[in-house]
Amino acid sequence: MVPYIVRRLVVLVGMLFALSLITYILFYAVPTDPASLSCGVHCTPEAVAANRHRLGLDDPFYIQYWNWVKAIFLGRDFGTGYVAMHCDVPCFGFSWNRQMMVTDVITSVMPVTIYLAIGAFVVWMTVGIFTGILAARYKGSIFDRGVMAITLVGFSLPSFFIGLVILIFFVVRWQIVPYPNYVPPTEDFGKFFMCMLLPWITLAILYAAYYTRLTRSQMLDTMNEDYIRTARAKGLPEKVVIRKHAFRAGLTPIVTSAGLDFAGLLGGAIITEKIFGLTGLGSVAIKAVENLDLSILVAITLLGGVFVVVANLIVDILYAAIDPRVRVK
Amino acid sequence: MSELTTEGNSVTSSTNVMVPSTHKGDVILSVNDLSVSFKTHDGLVQAVSHLSYEVRRGQTLAIVGESGSGKSVSSLAVMGLLGSDNANVTGEVHFDGKELISSSADTVRQLRGLKMAMIFQDPLSALHPYYSIGKQLVEAVTAHQDVSKEAARARALEMLNRVGIPSAEKRIDDYPHQLSGGMRQRVMIAMALINDPELLIADEPTTALDVTVQAQIIELLRDLQKEFGTAIVIITHDLGVVADVADDVIVMYGGAAAEQGPVREIFYQPEMPYTWGLLASIPKAGDEGQLDPIPGTPPSLIHLPKGCVFAPRCAFRSQVPDNACATTRPDFEITGPNHAARCHLTTEQRKTIRLDRKIGK
Ligand SMILES: Nc1ncnc2c1ncn2[C@@H]1O[C@H](COP(=O)(O)OP(=O)(O)OP(=O)(O)O)[C@@H](O)[C@H]1O
Ligand SMILES: [Mg+2]
Repeated sequence: MVPYIVRRLVVLVGMLFALSLITYILFYAVPTDPASLSCGVHCTPEAVAANRHRLGLDDPFYIQYWNWVKAIFLGRDFGTGYVAMHCDVPCFGFSWNRQMMVTDVITSVMPVTIYLAIGAFVVWMTVGIFTGILAARYKGSIFDRGVMAITLVGFSLPSFFIGLVILIFFVVRWQIVPYPNYVPPTEDFGKFFMCMLLPWITLAILYAAYYTRLTRSQMLDTMNEDYIRTARAKGLPEKVVIRKHAFRAGLTPIVTSAGLDFAGLLGGAIITEKIFGLTGLGSVAIKAVENLDLSILVAITLLGGVFVVVANLIVDILYAAIDPRVRVK
Repeated sequence: MSELTTEGNSVTSSTNVMVPSTHKGDVILSVNDLSVSFKTHDGLVQAVSHLSYEVRRGQTLAIVGESGSGKSVSSLAVMGLLGSDNANVTGEVHFDGKELISSSADTVRQLRGLKMAMIFQDPLSALHPYYSIGKQLVEAVTAHQDVSKEAARARALEMLNRVGIPSAEKRIDDYPHQLSGGMRQRVMIAMALINDPELLIADEPTTALDVTVQAQIIELLRDLQKEFGTAIVIITHDLGVVADVADDVIVMYGGAAAEQGPVREIFYQPEMPYTWGLLASIPKAGDEGQLDPIPGTPPSLIHLPKGCVFAPRCAFRSQVPDNACATTRPDFEITGPNHAARCHLTTEQRKTIRLDRKIGK
């Protein structure tokens, strides 16, 4: 198991390197000039040139890339004299729009995104798996048919619609919860919880519908397996047959999807963040697109990629934990 | 059903005959007029019709017949393993002083694995791929006995040794995919017998295995039966196995018993054409290439023929007057003290045909 993980880690480092190169090329191929964008209204060609030099944009491409990669691990100094700035490890550059280090921008909004993702994940996995198992167990019943109909609807609704409906009814009409106003959990957990509740539910509805259907179809598949008949032939109670034998056997695709979906959410949930006025990675990314803030976009894209790659690794390790046939001797 | 009764030949009552075994043990399992049908989109599949048999302590009953003749379904019905989805089971199954068809699912579940056990054709797919064989064996013990994990594991190890798993202490933590086919079937047998059941149903336990391994598994079953006195119902296509282990034989065709009797009589004095056909299809030493498969295909269980179910494939139906084979279903008729068969041919005709065709020699 350990050599397996080490091998996977080596592959992972290679993938991240490739990913960073591609991201960098893609964004630096965009025909914008950060130097002039950051120059302001009273711009002279000299000022642009000076900026360009300070940002290192007059270096050849591969040097720029190299400096950028190096900065991630070693930090970097921009300019000299009174305009000199130090960028700490891990340095992803400087945002001229925000006049902040990219790393600081990201770390300031990352917690919101992480809380949003974790809360929604817990809700949808619990609801989806539980309902899916029940629907499979009582296949064809009114309950099952109801679940199938509701999930189909939930699954086809766009998240802005779900979010708006929830907002209108729970906040505006019934005033059950106040309009979300983000408070860090360390400050006031109660307020934090009330603020995150609706965004969690909004995100979770979509995924819960999908995971209910996925769990149900996985369960129906595995319930037909010979080893399920064996488990029943042993005289195990149906509860145990379902939980220990059928569910475990159908778990692999659920884990795969869960890993990737969770990683995707860590990259930012743009629409949900917007609707509920949360400033997370998604909102920052949208702003960065509007302002053509390349250094932030590159960093967020790369970060999103890192989440997916790492999630993949974790999923693979979980595979091996679930299925002994995957384990390498 | 009504069609058949107007023919004056009800399938229900007169065909339901309990043929006594020559075996002298106590009756452990008694199946009486068991029928199973499945609702499907194409119609009602009558998978088992009016099957009756008894199994005694220490006895081995073999059920043979072509694919789709209802062998597995009838056994799964006895075990209560058909599920309630689309299966309709009628009749009586007496076991352990209870009637199982009318018992609650939980009552039958508590007997499964404890007093009656079953092993299946393909031991790879029948074992859970994600759990070690030790875990699966322990689970079989703890499902029924209130013992510690250690005691259950000790019992698992004992059974693995008993069924001939070499260095069982090492293999007990292996996963099914790490074992050979024969070993897996031994594990299945160990799991089935771990609570010392009174009845073991083996559904084609050797079909998925190599020939040499087949013989070992059959030998193992026979030894274990001698040791524990377990009654065995063995389902098989292999008449060699039948000759080897069975005391009595039920030949099934189209969901019903076509013939039933002691193994010697089935081989030496078979009473109906389908059995003759089966016997002719066994490869015999010396005359290779002389295999005579029965021409035609098994009947559709959705539209069973009105007359004899085997009639469309029967070479002797012209010898029966009035086209009776096509119009009237033959009774399951007692032909000897422990023998019954379903056929319109007279005793004389059968004897002549057997002599002519050297059947049962
Ligand atoms: N759940 C089900 N729904 C509908 N039909 C079924 C179902 N289970 C079994 N059958 C039908 O019942 C018939 C008897 O099947 P069964 O498995 O008992 O045959 P078998 O004698 O064991 O054959 P084999 O030698 O191939 O194992 C078959 O025609 C099969 O298609
Ligand atoms: Mg079968």
